[in-house]
Amino acid sequence: MRPETAVAGVTLAALVAYAVLAGADFGGGVWDALARGPRRQAQREAIARAMGPVWEANHVWLVFVIVLLFTAFPAAFAALSVALFLPFHLVLLGIILRGAAFVFRAHSPRGAALRWGAVFGAASVFTPVLLGMCLGAVSAGTLRVIGGAVRIEGPAPWLAPVSLAMGAFALAVCAYLAAVYLANETAGALREDFRARALAAGTAVVALSVLLLPLLRAQAPHLWEGLLRPRAAPVVAVGVAAALLSGWALLRRRFRLARAATVVQTACLLAGWGIAQHPYLVYPDLTLAGAAAPAATLRFLLWSLPFGMAVLLPSLWYLFRVFKWGPAPGGEG
Amino acid sequence: MDTLTAARAQMEVSLAFHMVFAALGIGMPLLMVLAEGLWLRTGRAHYRALARKWAKATALTFAVGAVSGTALSFELGLLWPRFMALAGPAIGPAFALEGYAFFVEAIFLGLYLYGWERLSPRAHWWAGVAVAASGMASGVLVVAANAWMQGPAGMDPLAAFRSPAWPQMALHSTLSCYVATGFAAAGVYAAGMLRGRRDAYHRSALTLALAVGTVAAVLQPVSGDLSARHVARHQPAKLAAMEAHFRTERGAALVIGGIPDVEAGTVRGALRVPKLLSLLAHGDPDAEVTGLEDIPADERPNVVIAHFAFQVMVGSGLALVALGAWFWLARRRGREPGRWLLRALLAGSPLGFLALQAGWIVTEVGRQPWVVRGVMRTRDGVTPVAEVPATLIGFSLLYLALGTALALLLRRLATGAPEEAADAP
Repeated sequence: MRPETAVAGVTLAALVAYAVLAGADFGGGVWDALARGPRRQAQREAIARAMGPVWEANHVWLVFVIVLLFTAFPAAFAALSVALFLPFHLVLLGIILRGAAFVFRAHSPRGAALRWGAVFGAASVFTPVLLGMCLGAVSAGTLRVIGGAVRIEGPAPWLAPVSLAMGAFALAVCAYLAAVYLANETAGALREDFRARALAAGTAVVALSVLLLPLLRAQAPHLWEGLLRPRAAPVVAVGVAAALLSGWALLRRRFRLARAATVVQTACLLAGWGIAQHPYLVYPDLTLAGAAAPAATLRFLLWSLPFGMAVLLPSLWYLFRVFKWGPAPGGEG
Repeated sequence: MDTLTAARAQMEVSLAFHMVFAALGIGMPLLMVLAEGLWLRTGRAHYRALARKWAKATALTFAVGAVSGTALSFELGLLWPRFMALAGPAIGPAFALEGYAFFVEAIFLGLYLYGWERLSPRAHWWAGVAVAASGMASGVLVVAANAWMQGPAGMDPLAAFRSPAWPQMALHSTLSCYVATGFAAAGVYAAGMLRGRRDAYHRSALTLALAVGTVAAVLQPVSGDLSARHVARHQPAKLAAMEAHFRTERGAALVIGGIPDVEAGTVRGALRVPKLLSLLAHGDPDAEVTGLEDIPADERPNVVIAHFAFQVMVGSGLALVALGAWFWLARRRGREPGRWLLRALLAGSPLGFLALQAGWIVTEVGRQPWVVRGVMRTRDGVTPVAEVPATLIGFSLLYLALGTALALLLRRLATGAPEEAADAP
């Protein structure tokens, strides 16, 4: 495998980790904003309890993606930074407000906590939409890089119909992930609340996919064809099968299975998108090879990876074992 | 406002804001680990209460540091895409390794903040040690990228780690985080003691904070001397600007204070110590020190800003050394800190952060007009996007609002009674 392909694979894997882990934290914020009914407060507490110990570690995957992008594909990072100047700034606004508001809320007196909670919810809704729109912009085909200079053909690529649909899709996936995870981490009536929310979000995911597919075919034919190629098609097929399985498992209240299937579904759909993009980083002007850093830098990233992961993965395993898989202390549930 | 000015201003606002939280993210975990360690050793409850209080402050400041740091990693490209297209492959490896360290820090901070009841006391303490160590490591690693910009040692992936400026810069900036955090925390407890709270909790907090702050403050002039000698050898333009040294001469005097007059090539109202600049810069009172007159006009940094910031940094740093000495001498004589000492500690508590900000202004303004010294000028690295003034205003307002909100929350945290001081074992 060529080194730039290997680094691109690592970057895609980090993006998948960000989606599966941090995506659920954004989704948690969505359900915080939409908390309703007699157990509204209990829902919010369950969300905060689930996010608290892990959201910052989950967030670091995004930093990792950005660092890999500017180290390994500096030309693409520069082009995207120019072309997506406004949406990236809005993403940052969302990331800053979401993170700060979540922590500020926990340390505020009641009145201020409500206001920070509102900021937290709003930022959790618009940030994944914008992130999805940025992913869409990379595939839309109107973001051109000619002779090293960025040129936008027609309307802004992040506002293209494909991008808007991908923004909505990202939001629905985040909400679905969060509701499925939360159903696993709660019990009784609260669990039923999150199951109902998961079913609603799952329906939205299916509806948006049905909308997205013809849109891709019409507006981003290269991506559509990429998805049907033998390299990507099996991955996407596994993703679709996992989506159906997770829905079935939710209906049958088999929550652990639903969680596993949801993770596979999200990972496969995102990985399928990445594989379908190959060999382009930004269609149609920037390929992986064309945007790649010198081979020595790519080799450094690949060689340092096992050492970094040797530290990172056991630490992550420990974090999740203590807070997600281990027994709760003091019989709190 | 043109794009270059706006982009530089946005970078300054973002860096200055992030730097406060980066410093606290390095300093606070050390304080909290020391307090918890003392609790484990002595079993005295007020140490545990202190560790828990400092952990809460860390939770607030780390979150803001993490998200503002994320913003910076994007802003490198958003504001300086041409610089990143050039520099990414050379400085990226430093950021990649920093990424791992930051990851470890975030993971173990989650374990620390939420693991009081779930981990054994010993495991919990080690989680705190991991936070303190990885926080320091991530700071050290990211400074390698800046050291590369001060004088690139090549374009290969190891170039940043070969930067001759890296060791001195890393030492100086790491110490500055402990100075800033230590004296800022000390101010909080000095204020409490001035209001009559002279319990074990306040006394221990003040002592611990000043132990960290003073040790770092005393080491700081030594590390600063190393840095200055390095700058003298490798970045004569920066040295000349920060010292407001206009004419190349042997036996150069050290210019303290004053206002540089760039047109006339003099400094008005300054105190001059004969031969001291030559001695400090090159270890020889008669050594020749390059003046700004021998730097091409279009390669000179802003002398007024660099000189002023340098005076502020050195002045604040020395004031803190004196404050620390006052506290420890009084303590050695077995005296309780008196009101004047407490007032001085309260007044001096922002000086560490002032010195830290001023020091980075010296480093960064002194590097101008280059973004990568000798390779790329700042104006050649800037984005072609025209909307930067708008994002500058937006981010400045955002950080102003967040900074104010956080300051209020920290004040509330600081003035609140320590929790569980009574019921802890």
